[in-house]
Amino acid sequence: MAPKLPIYMDNAATTRVDPRVVEAMLPFFTEQFGNSASRNHSFGWQAEEAVDTAREQAASLIGANAKEIVWTSGSTESNNLAIKGAARMYAKAGDGQTGRGHIITALHEHKAVLDPCKRLQREGFDVTFLQPPADGVITAKAVEAAIRPDTILVTIMWANNEIGTINEVPEIGKLCHDREIIFHTDATQWVGKMPTDVERDNIDLLSWSSHKMYGPKGVGALFVRRRKPRVRLEAIQDGGGHERGMRSGTLNVPGIVGFGKACELCAKEMDSERERLLKLRRKMEKELTAKMDVVQVNGHAERRLPHLANISFGFVEGESLMMGIHDIACSSGSACTSASLEPSYVLKSLGVGDELAHSSLRLSLGRFTTEAEVDFAIEDITKAVEHLRKLSPLYDLHNEGIDISKIVWQTH
Amino acid sequence: MAYSDKVIDHYQHPRNVGSFGASKEVAQRSDIGVGIVGAPECGDVMQLHIKVNQQTGKIEDAKFKCFGCGSAIASSSLATEWIKGKSLDDALKIKNTQIVEELSLPPVKIHCSVLAEDSIRTAIKDYQKKNGLLVEEPAAAAH
Repeated sequence: MAPKLPIYMDNAATTRVDPRVVEAMLPFFTEQFGNSASRNHSFGWQAEEAVDTAREQAASLIGANAKEIVWTSGSTESNNLAIKGAARMYAKAGDGQTGRGHIITALHEHKAVLDPCKRLQREGFDVTFLQPPADGVITAKAVEAAIRPDTILVTIMWANNEIGTINEVPEIGKLCHDREIIFHTDATQWVGKMPTDVERDNIDLLSWSSHKMYGPKGVGALFVRRRKPRVRLEAIQDGGGHERGMRSGTLNVPGIVGFGKACELCAKEMDSERERLLKLRRKMEKELTAKMDVVQVNGHAERRLPHLANISFGFVEGESLMMGIHDIACSSGSACTSASLEPSYVLKSLGVGDELAHSSLRLSLGRFTTEAEVDFAIEDITKAVEHLRKLSPLYDLHNEGIDISKIVWQTH
Repeated sequence: MAYSDKVIDHYQHPRNVGSFGASKEVAQRSDIGVGIVGAPECGDVMQLHIKVNQQTGKIEDAKFKCFGCGSAIASSSLATEWIKGKSLDDALKIKNTQIVEELSLPPVKIHCSVLAEDSIRTAIKDYQKKNGLLVEEPAAAAH
């Protein structure tokens, strides 16, 4: 059966809200619309109760205690609060001085981690940006080698948003705990898809977001460990002292209710969903690499998210490839900087050549992806790549046996 | 980004795709001018082959290949349509702004039209060089 077009294969960018989540949210717009901080009437109590339920649902998805959940507007805010909040709280010297402490992160982190780290650099902290190996996986060994006596914070994402590679997060957490270093992980692409237990996995701070796991946009959470060790953060936003003073601002009650429901659904359906999506992703990778030459699946062969594939098609350019597959919604190049003409900084940091980085697609499957859609995508992508290779002077040179990387191009 | 109908048409039905032979062969042929401009790391490479009637000095045929975005493909496809049948001098009069206008290219895609103009100039220069027709220009402006 032919699937309904266009097909959505950009679930790493955002997901469709699950209808069950929408249903749970609706009463909180027009009936139970109270402010959860209103202590004097039933509207406030109802809202507070709903927020508490959601806090339980979110905490239970990651093996945390409800008191350890701080609501935010999304992962960007959670990352900012965790990284800047922890660095400023545990700084070894005051504002305006140098030598305030050392932070470790990696070059292929999301901008919402890199940019807060760069700001801290300007504020007197030292930051090490680890160079990922060609397979994209940051190992505990790599982190260990970078640790210094003055290291105060390590921030390494759980799974990469562009290539889906999975870092050695539990091992890095163990390393940090043994050395009393605060460990933060941006788990935006991980939580809700993969089993998570902040106790077992040695996490101190964990960021994640509702809209990547079938909840509404504009809601996220930060797990902040309360014991062994008790992690303290300097707030970024001042105000009414909500969320135990760490994040002031009236709570987005309908959003939080939806996020909570989304967490509950993910906990229930994660195992079967993961298996189904892994089969579909493998089928896609296998068929695309079998049908055409010079097709490369980026990142580690095994240590990758089940639903995300980043594939480079040699000798075709990404934007024209997107134009050829206009019935498939997916990302080309660096997803978050697609407005610029630069190739993906994530792929470049892995040492993927410019011409392959320019011709990469990120295809991310989700709860609502069907096998018919995957089959359509395989056909459509193959057709588009073959059309563009007929036009490609680089493919001709390759077939003539000329190494393109050795040519001296006249750049402008 | 929304593409104009003309860009989409050239993308789906590119005119004059191909070459007059492998790179080594065309390098030896004096009736063929070759222009390759751009670079893979910039995301655009255009290759233009022109076949010149050595008696009349007119461009008899033109073929292109392009690695690049839809606008780059459309610009080079359009360039081959425009130069066919023209004398070398007339072909050199084609300006990138005419390509921008014809294809309604947005500002971020103007470099595609510049590349197409460059490929015409480079191919003609190559032909002239092979045939001893190249008059050295005094200090040509660099890009």
